Amino acid sequence: MSTFQPVQSPLLTEKALYEKVITAGDGWIHDLLPGQVLRIVDMEGNQAVDTLFYSTEDPSDHYSAVRTITRQGNLYLTTGSTLLAESGRELLRITADTCGRHDTIGGACSAQSNTVRYAHDTLPMHNCRDTFMLMLSQRDEYTKRDLAPNVNFFMNVPVTPEGELTFADGLSAPGRYVELLALAPVTVLISNCPQLNNPCNAYNPTPAKVLIWDAEGVSANV
Amino acid sequence: MTALFTMTMQPGSKWSAHVGRGKSITLKATGDRANVSALFFHAQDPAERYNMPDTLKAQHTAFLTRGNILMTDQGKALASITEDSVGWHDPLSGYTTREGTDDKYGKTTYQDQRNDWLRSGEENFKVELFRNNLSPRDIGVPVNFFSKVVCELDGTMNYSLQETAERSVTLRTEMDMLLVLSNTPHPLDPSGQYPDASIVVSVADAEPVSDMDPCVLHCDENRRAFENTWNAYALLKGAN
Repeated sequence: MSTFQPVQSPLLTEKALYEKVITAGDGWIHDLLPGQVLRIVDMEGNQAVDTLFYSTEDPSDHYSAVRTITRQGNLYLTTGSTLLAESGRELLRITADTCGRHDTIGGACSAQSNTVRYAHDTLPMHNCRDTFMLMLSQRDEYTKRDLAPNVNFFMNVPVTPEGELTFADGLSAPGRYVELLALAPVTVLISNCPQLNNPCNAYNPTPAKVLIWDAEGVSANV
Repeated sequence: MTALFTMTMQPGSKWSAHVGRGKSITLKATGDRANVSALFFHAQDPAERYNMPDTLKAQHTAFLTRGNILMTDQGKALASITEDSVGWHDPLSGYTTREGTDDKYGKTTYQDQRNDWLRSGEENFKVELFRNNLSPRDIGVPVNFFSKVVCELDGTMNYSLQETAERSVTLRTEMDMLLVLSNTPHPLDPSGQYPDASIVVSVADAEPVSDMDPCVLHCDENRRAFENTWNAYALLKGAN
């Protein structure tokens, strides 16, 4: 088993074009231009940041978990991973990662899947898929068909050689981050997970921060 | 059970059909290195469809076999795997693309090879989805029946050859579904030889689901998914 090597970013936070805290349970949708860099920070540790990506030029072309993991031959994302759309289009590349474990197959919690996983009476609880749908409903170009398996940044969902899938304690910690370079015009959709039934966040959803830099790491007219 | 319908899918071929709930669909491979990539949609509302993450995390598994069910994004049991002489079906690896097919097996065209040209899962899905009034945006994560992919603890995905000749898997439909099948290679199969296994598809009426059904009893999560399906159909059923 390979040992994770953290890759730090050279980008300075004071030179970021944009900075925003996404509180637990909130959503965020934002367009990135090619060359822009997005950093997602796990502010308090072991938070799951459920994230989807779309081609801004073709909103029907979403991030493809299986194309991404099959092409790299590995379930997990880290520095060097190229995130692909369902069309095969290259959307983003991870350029820095101080956490080392980001889930690609656990998907987003939903009211309906909560009834299956936990109990029927969890149906009213807030969940990521509701946040995704609320965010996508702001834009006419999206429909429910555009929801696809997402990335869970900072979440640890180990798969064993025997084929078992579990939700484990995260490997993240306060301040750990992942940084992605946009390779094309990309729309980023985040639900900062409000899951209260899963021990992986100690039943305590916490805020995440996003920062954006332009191509040169300095302000630009965007 | 007497089959209501049988057909043989040649290597590279595709098939889609609406199949009502309460049917048994058996896929039988005639040779080794078989792979059938399958997409599943609710027949009446195709925006509801098989959801890989929900299915796997509810059953704590990264592969599918007898006892497992396929769940929709609405927390319902869509289909159950009632029989399986293969043992491991891959839900993680997606489908072959035109580019990947040309790279691995050499570029082929209909002009040169006629119907022996090599098809990809991507094109097969696009055609069958479009034929059913859907589009490429509806391509999701398929189940790759007959294929095994073992993931090491560091996440490395390894295609694992398993015997498939004369092996079969049977799905019971728990909802009315649109089923889309593509008999195209597994994307991580390292062999440069396009597989030559045909798949015999047969459909029969299934026995009613009993309280002792192994797929219902498999885990509490499965029972709740069945309850969600049964409740949804109860709401649809007329008073008389």
